[in-house]
Amino acid sequence: MVEETIIKTVNLNCYYGSLEVLKNLNLEIYKNEILGIIGPANSGKTTFLRALNRLNNLNPAYRQQGDIFFEGHNANDMTDNLLRKKIGLIFAMPQVLPVSIYNNIAYGPKVHGITDRSTVSEIVENALKKAYLWDEVKDRLNMPAPRLSGGQQQRLCIARTLAVEPDVILYDEPCSGLDPISTAKVEDAMQQLKEKYTQILVTNNTKQAARVSQRCGFFLMGELVEISETTALFTYPKDKRTDDYVTGRFG
Amino acid sequence: MREKVAFIILGFATLLVVLPIILTIFYIVRNGIGSVTWEFITQPPRNGMKEGGILPAIIGTIVLIIGTMFFSLPLGILSAVYLVEYAKDNTFTRLIKLSVVNLSGVPSIVYGLFGFTLFVGFLRFGTSILAGSLTLAIMSLPVIITATKEALESVPYSFREISLSLGATKWQTVRYCVLPYAVPGILTGTVLSLSRAAGETAPILFTVAAFYLPRLPHSVFDQVMALPYHLYVISIHVPNMPTELKFATGFVLIVLVFLMNLVSIILRAHFRKKKLW
Repeated sequence: MVEETIIKTVNLNCYYGSLEVLKNLNLEIYKNEILGIIGPANSGKTTFLRALNRLNNLNPAYRQQGDIFFEGHNANDMTDNLLRKKIGLIFAMPQVLPVSIYNNIAYGPKVHGITDRSTVSEIVENALKKAYLWDEVKDRLNMPAPRLSGGQQQRLCIARTLAVEPDVILYDEPCSGLDPISTAKVEDAMQQLKEKYTQILVTNNTKQAARVSQRCGFFLMGELVEISETTALFTYPKDKRTDDYVTGRFG
Repeated sequence: MREKVAFIILGFATLLVVLPIILTIFYIVRNGIGSVTWEFITQPPRNGMKEGGILPAIIGTIVLIIGTMFFSLPLGILSAVYLVEYAKDNTFTRLIKLSVVNLSGVPSIVYGLFGFTLFVGFLRFGTSILAGSLTLAIMSLPVIITATKEALESVPYSFREISLSLGATKWQTVRYCVLPYAVPGILTGTVLSLSRAAGETAPILFTVAAFYLPRLPHSVFDQVMALPYHLYVISIHVPNMPTELKFATGFVLIVLVFLMNLVSIILRAHFRKKKLW
């Protein structure tokens, strides 16, 4: 099967001050796949995601070497705003703005210049439907978003990201604060989104990576130890360290 | 037992702080309120300020507050936004932030002298509302900047990340996801510094205040009377001044400052209702 590459990193090195967080990362991400990233804490998973949509750059101590290609173009040629619009990020803890459900989602389109009311409410409705939240909130769109449950908030965050029409969605341990049922709902939403979006899921939960992703990469101490089809990675890991991690001998 | 001792000491310290304030206000109110008549607040002073009212001083103080607000509010808030949201965190920025904090400790008479030299003398505004407002504005700036800075810093960092991660520009982020949530804090600091400006004598001494000027100002280049300076004048320079009138003037000044604080409390309560994080 020939896969179309959407993101490619070439010799990517990331530093915080003098600390090397990601070492020489060469990785291709295929269109419409769900790529799982597993690994213990401090292995560079989150830094990797935040390098892709440049949130790392907010930290003045951060430096980066190497190239990231997005849809065949060097990402450095794109403005931060355009790149972040195309590559959305879902944070670990559900982070909603302290405004209504509707305004949380309408914010993205608004900053990208969509002002027409009916267009915006259409976008809001579609985004909520895609994130599997519409049926639960359609009668109370003006309710303050922080009053939703954690799982609903996280799906609201997904809807908010979808509303700016990204190509890639990054998830940074999206279910770490959620109960199993909310987790299942978020995972369902991810499966539905596969048709239109490329998704990268960073998770501490190896089982979740096994359930959701097609391919999976294992990060350790800033290195990509191994990447392959998820079933292969979990059943016949090539590297001893991967084997130890997925079988629960450390981590 | 030890806790009880600590409790008593702490309570006593609080009492020591609060009691003088309450006594002062009580004393002023008791001695002054009898002379605060409709005539007192609507008439200019007469007969060497020993009779009549204090209308020009009230109007003067209000005009000065508005003028101070006009200059210090936009300047203070904008520079705080720059310092918190835009400036790189380097030694130079930290030096500026430190200087701003220290400036709020400069004695107000020094601001008065500075305003006199720069606005009255060098820029030839003369002794005028303009020069006085600018001097008071410069005096208020450090407090407004510091309060705004703290209000902005107390907005959760995640709000900025959310906004930026959606592809919003820096300015959109500040405008929609930071400033609205900092408004209550900005208001508190601003009103505090403006009410301090309203009660200051030293900065207006050489820059705007008139000893006796029983008419209302017509332009920003006019002098005005102001409540704190008027209080000083009638207490020191007018012989045989009736004591009740001094206390009545002080009472009016306190009420004015209290009204300003009341407005800020109401506004803050209004904004806090919307605070959801």
